[in-house]
Amino acid sequence: MSTRKEIIDRCRASIKTRHARPSLEDLHPETYPDTLVKFIAMAESVGCNVARVGSEDEIDDILRSVYPDAKVVASNLPSVKSATVNPDTVEDAQALNHTDVGVVRAFLGVAENGSVWIPQTMRERDVCFISENLVAVMPESAVVNNMHEAYGKITEEEYGYDSFSTSGYGVFVAGPSKTADIAQVLVKGAQAARGMTLILVK
Amino acid sequence: MSTSHSKAAKKFLENRNYADWHDQTFWGVRVKRDSMAYQLPEWERLRQKASEIKRHTLTNIDTYLERFSDAAEKNGVVVHWAKDAQEFNEIVYGILKDHGVKKMVKSKSMLTEECEMNPYLEERGIDVVETDLGERILQLGGQRPSHIVMPATHLSHHDVGDLFEEKLHTEKGNHDPTYLTYEARLSLRDEFLTAQAGMTGGNFGVAETGDIVVCTNEGNADMSTSVPKLQISVIGLEKIIPDYEALSVFVRLLARSATGQPSTVYTSHFRKKRPGGEELHYVIVDNGRSQWLGDPQHWETLKCIRCGSCMNTCPVYRWSGGYSYSYFIPGPLGINLGMLRDPKKYSGNVSACSLCLSCQCTCPVKINLGDQIYMWRQTLDGIGCANKEKKMACKAMDKIFTSVPLYKFMTSKAYLLNIVPGFIKDSALNPWAYGHKMMTFPKKTFHEQISEYLKDEPK
Repeated sequence: MSTRKEIIDRCRASIKTRHARPSLEDLHPETYPDTLVKFIAMAESVGCNVARVGSEDEIDDILRSVYPDAKVVASNLPSVKSATVNPDTVEDAQALNHTDVGVVRAFLGVAENGSVWIPQTMRERDVCFISENLVAVMPESAVVNNMHEAYGKITEEEYGYDSFSTSGYGVFVAGPSKTADIAQVLVKGAQAARGMTLILVK
Repeated sequence: MSTSHSKAAKKFLENRNYADWHDQTFWGVRVKRDSMAYQLPEWERLRQKASEIKRHTLTNIDTYLERFSDAAEKNGVVVHWAKDAQEFNEIVYGILKDHGVKKMVKSKSMLTEECEMNPYLEERGIDVVETDLGERILQLGGQRPSHIVMPATHLSHHDVGDLFEEKLHTEKGNHDPTYLTYEARLSLRDEFLTAQAGMTGGNFGVAETGDIVVCTNEGNADMSTSVPKLQISVIGLEKIIPDYEALSVFVRLLARSATGQPSTVYTSHFRKKRPGGEELHYVIVDNGRSQWLGDPQHWETLKCIRCGSCMNTCPVYRWSGGYSYSYFIPGPLGINLGMLRDPKKYSGNVSACSLCLSCQCTCPVKINLGDQIYMWRQTLDGIGCANKEKKMACKAMDKIFTSVPLYKFMTSKAYLLNIVPGFIKDSALNPWAYGHKMMTFPKKTFHEQISEYLKDEPK
């Protein structure tokens, strides 16, 4: 007998009464009068810079003004002309170490916690974590109220499901990497990005 | 009279300033949790739904486990099953050996603590590097976690500073948390770049999609799995949930309950080996869980999503620290899990509860942790772990409280105890006197006083 069967059989034998699944219909989660305003406020409160632009052509200007000293910019977005490295063509994940700014596409923003959904749309996804600063570019129309709505959307094509299911990886990111493991003092920049900028495109 | 916990707690309390700091630090986290909860009008409904979804999932876990592993295999994941800790360690070692792994970076996992995986692998020549900052501090210092979410919070920045001076050669006397965190970042960066394998635990396994979902603030789980080519994710079988609808409920509760954040910084979903990577392995672990599921009084402990809020709110945890508990998980949760694991070995923890029930009022999945501790206490005599002095005292009280004449006689003479000198009354002969001042008994009993009062009361 396989261990899988043995363990599952033991579980089955232990179950006394099977309980029904509750419906979430009467949960009535909080919604916000203006999801974009709430989203921006939450993103800032978890440590993001937020910039709003008219088109993706303005990304390079934002990068220059927010990160004037950046030497290595990694991105596979065609609109990021200032990119010096492409995470699709680097030799390996390690090659992205010492990236100053990584620019990636986000597909969804969540107002209740300021996080953005980043499915893997590049070959080496460590660009999202190994870069000193992470920049996420997202249409400002793609904002939902809460995680219930977010999990309803991320399986839709419009929100990058094809990339997520092909690469097998996606992550909600809420601001720069943080820790309070030393004496409960909050420090930005633990093992991943030390800063984060959100570029919201009209 | 003393239990293993109360003896350890007594030592902890010898440094009163430290105990104060410990209490306030964890109470601060509880306050942050409250402020998050109050911001969501649906908070209590959310807890109720979470509890019911867990109840449903656990009582249908056979089906959900099948679904989860089928979905994962369809995604190309190699799924392993481990009956116990030994089998778990053997499986992990086998995978690493097959791939010629010398160094593995890993994110935080209480499951690997439970199975004592690190020493097992290290004995076999594999360098295991903890990458959560708190866990890394403990690994460098040779300590174990004192809390499941904030594992090194019992240490001050000076403790960490001294340790880093020795192990990471940081500047002498520079104990600034920002500086120390940065130095740890640099040293761990090298480990990420040179490891051949990365391991994560799992906060949730999604049956419908085969995802393992990991929630971290540092990004160390993502660094561990996006740089090395081989990934292993390990998960206790009770962590499986049905689908994304269920996941949305738990994700909303987890970070708010744990650290008072609206979400963790990273909520990462893995379901396939990474492009260009070698393999993705899941190890699903039983190690007692399938048996605990059949315990009519205690199976609901398996609902736990490991937020740690029961520890932060527990007055006994705050005033005794994680190391006062003999099980590797402390606090109300640890007391219960320890008793499920081995009641004889861990019964010294069940005294660590004032039955204030604050734990079950904050628990995001509404586990009746305090009630369960009460129930465990009732079983102590049956397993030969009842305290002898307490048992004798209870027998005596049983005689007194079940006989009206005896009760009346004893209470009417109780004031005679007042003339017993303090050094006898408060001595080791009277264990109740420890930490309490013995009361002064009134000359007249309550019954006498109330009848006099009623007699004098104007009609």
